[in-house]
Amino acid sequence: MTNMVTLTIDGLPAIVPAGTTILNAAASIGIEIPVVCYHPHLTANGLCRVCSVDIGRRLQAAACVTTVAEGMVVNTQTKDVVTARRTILEMLNSTIDLSEAPHLQDLLLEYDADTERFDGMERRESPVHDDNPFYLRDYNKCINCWRCVQVCAEDAQYTFALSFDGRGFHTLIGTFEGDGMMDTTCVFCGQCVGVCPTNALKPKRQFLLEQGVDPDDIFRQTRRGGKRRREPVAEN
Amino acid sequence: MIVPDRIVRTTCPYCGVGCQMHLKVKDEYIYAVEAPFDAAPNYGMLCVKGRFGTDYVKHPGRVKTPLIRTNRHEGRSAPPVWREATWDEALDLVADELVRVVREYGGDAVASYASAKATNEDNYVFQKFIRALMGTNNIDHCARLCHAGSVTGLQLSIGSSAMSNSIAEMENLEAFIVTGSNTTETHPVISNFLKRAVRQNGAKLVVIDPRRIDMTNFATLWLRQNPGTDVAVFQAMAHTIVKEELYDPDFIAERTEGFNDYLESLESFTPEWAESVSGVPAESIREAARIYAGANRAAIYWGMGVSQSTHGTDNTLSLVNLALMCGHVGKAGTGLNPLRGQNNVQGCSDSGGLPNVYTAYQRVDDPDVRDLFQTTWGVDLSPTPGLTATEMCDACYTEEIRAMFVLGENPMMSEPNQNHARAALEKLQFLVCQDIFINETGAMADVILPATSFAEKDGTFTNTDRRVQRCRAAVPPVGNSRPDWDILSDLGRRVEARLGIKMSAGFDYGHPEEIWEEMRRVTPDFWGIDYARIEREGGVHWPCPSFDHPGTPFLFAEEFPRGRGKFWEVAYGTESEQPDAEYPYNLSTGRVLYHWSGSTMTGRSRLEDVYPEAVCEISPFDAEALGLVTGDWVNVSSRRGTITLRVLVTGRSPQGTVFVPFHFAEAAANLLTLDRIDDRAKIPDYKNTAIKIEKTTAPEGLDEGYDEHLFDRGAIKDPVQIH
Repeated sequence: MTNMVTLTIDGLPAIVPAGTTILNAAASIGIEIPVVCYHPHLTANGLCRVCSVDIGRRLQAAACVTTVAEGMVVNTQTKDVVTARRTILEMLNSTIDLSEAPHLQDLLLEYDADTERFDGMERRESPVHDDNPFYLRDYNKCINCWRCVQVCAEDAQYTFALSFDGRGFHTLIGTFEGDGMMDTTCVFCGQCVGVCPTNALKPKRQFLLEQGVDPDDIFRQTRRGGKRRREPVAEN
Repeated sequence: MIVPDRIVRTTCPYCGVGCQMHLKVKDEYIYAVEAPFDAAPNYGMLCVKGRFGTDYVKHPGRVKTPLIRTNRHEGRSAPPVWREATWDEALDLVADELVRVVREYGGDAVASYASAKATNEDNYVFQKFIRALMGTNNIDHCARLCHAGSVTGLQLSIGSSAMSNSIAEMENLEAFIVTGSNTTETHPVISNFLKRAVRQNGAKLVVIDPRRIDMTNFATLWLRQNPGTDVAVFQAMAHTIVKEELYDPDFIAERTEGFNDYLESLESFTPEWAESVSGVPAESIREAARIYAGANRAAIYWGMGVSQSTHGTDNTLSLVNLALMCGHVGKAGTGLNPLRGQNNVQGCSDSGGLPNVYTAYQRVDDPDVRDLFQTTWGVDLSPTPGLTATEMCDACYTEEIRAMFVLGENPMMSEPNQNHARAALEKLQFLVCQDIFINETGAMADVILPATSFAEKDGTFTNTDRRVQRCRAAVPPVGNSRPDWDILSDLGRRVEARLGIKMSAGFDYGHPEEIWEEMRRVTPDFWGIDYARIEREGGVHWPCPSFDHPGTPFLFAEEFPRGRGKFWEVAYGTESEQPDAEYPYNLSTGRVLYHWSGSTMTGRSRLEDVYPEAVCEISPFDAEALGLVTGDWVNVSSRRGTITLRVLVTGRSPQGTVFVPFHFAEAAANLLTLDRIDDRAKIPDYKNTAIKIEKTTAPEGLDEGYDEHLFDRGAIKDPVQIH
């Protein structure tokens, strides 16, 4: 028999099994807490803090990783909570290219974020890695949500090709010694591409199509140009 | 940023896992593939082939209009000269020729390959066409070349040959055996669930495989048996289970027969004897037996390594014996699980693409069954089981077969002893290929009928765990190509007109759903599955006898189809070609992650960029003895042929055995393999061929840029070194 826990979320009672996260407890009574780094099918880490809620303590709690407790009183929409979320979004926006992250764009609007508040802040910049035939890595768009690292590791593929690189503000997703993907253990399953929330990871075909390359030419841009093996490839 | 015009949910066209995927389409071009996280069987995961390798759909080499060969007089092996034809002209020619052959030589002079890549509906119409109009049961498909050993063994012992348990159960395994399956490369998404069972739930994995495959990195115990000695290891495990009384006496008493006879036959199969034969330490065999028998729930997963052998049936029977004596079958998280190789190899068999059965294994020589089909189709049907795929080749050579219809298959890559296969096909009076590309077999055909790819048609696929799922059209057909079922229906009507018969169930289909409905009516196992239900539930595991039946994720909970599971005595011996002084090495063939089957599809996608040619994996010991380093060119020869390719030195290969993938036409591994087959299953011995290796120089006319970069491009590298 599972122990049930009773708590209050935004004034409403919720009864959920012990061990449930605040995020899921809220969802069970129809209250949606915004998330960015969280993915329902992956291990939650509470990295981005956009899901922060007030649980009556000095520090707000990340709803995706904090589990419920008996009698807990949760407020998901206090002034402080909204301010915290807005600030997080504004800081993300000022340092990272969020132009291809529709969900984040929606949140910026929803929280009335001032997109120019931190203008002039150092932006986190990185070259675009185009080192394999399948996908590109553009870490200018990366918010370090950790999803790609996790699916590459114990959340899906057990390949361990990706990890964090650098420290603090300059932390980026990287590979062992900065190797190109072809020189890592990567098997190009693309689970990382499938979970990337900001299009920092993008299928090469999609990238080329966005560049205006004609679908027929996309084939010609493969190394073999769509030719069969051991046929010389004409220079063009 | 691109906003897709539409996102179409469909089933992956590659391996048997049956991953659900979303095709993102812009201007009729599939620019990205994603996987839904909430859908079985893959729950958001894909592999490189599914996610990035479906661009062959728009490859410039797609056949866009029917083609008729104009240089037939030069022989089938001459480079073909094609002229474009209308559908009317091409289909009339095919109908004329097939009817001529049937009239002159009888229906049994026609042979056909059904397709493990086409939908259930395509294959149903195809076998109906062959059986009802050609009047023969000469229909088979590539399952003969991959899992015939498993099918025959499972049929003999329990009476059903499908994978007994579902993919969803894998995460909850307590212990399991993987043998003869390089799971991470051949069924990548299934391997992720198996790895998860080990890493997150502490399941114990025993790998029994001569190659140091990736799964060994997750194994509690790895038995590296000498190639071809599988029976010795499995039997010695059974011996241990008996000696240490680890078996399940209740299950044996209630559900099985023949245990006592089997018990006596086990006496000589001691682990010490097995060690002398297989090279696996006796204590490891005992340990493996204890792990498997000691668990409450334990499953066995196997692939081609077990079945593709002259003793493939025996291999399977000895695995079944293990499961029966331990009672590891008929419960969740247990079972006997042959991993199917192709997206619809299960479905093609289910739809009647086999010489001895109609849909869902209803036998052609059973008068009651035949009556049902005769009534439904309104014609008399042949009661004689037809030829198997491996027998067809010989029958072409002896001119018993005069015409052949190949639906989306490539026997000129997949048949063993290719030189013999070529000589056999050359003798055909008429060869028609229906495919999306002109592959090696198509190049020998008289007529090419252009079919649509998976992304351009509707229908159903049945994956390895018997889950019937939808395939949905995402983009319009290339050129004048048409869906297989549509071409076959049209052809059927033309043949009907020539034969002067009008069938009651006819070939007047307007949509694959109508075909499924007809198939459902004649197949009790499918009664509870229709398109509306698949739409609602995503997929249904057959058998499913009614609409209120939930489907059957695991089989044999109550009883086996043959009643009691039967223990079969298994003798140890080998008919395989053994290495000798002249041909001192053993050749094993198989697949790599980046390619699939004859590479008709993967060879025309961007997958080709990372794995562009065959390499011969050789152990460091053998390489040193032969003076070879990675990148050297070698001639690999057997008594039947020679191929030229480069070597990759890797500890993945055991000493004395080299591995060559069979995907590559210019170094076709099956030029070397022997067409000796398992007596019962008729499956060839793809994993054992005696060969010799000689250093040579690069062939003429190689593309230089391509030559230089082969081994620095990542995918072709020593996997043992990286880990």
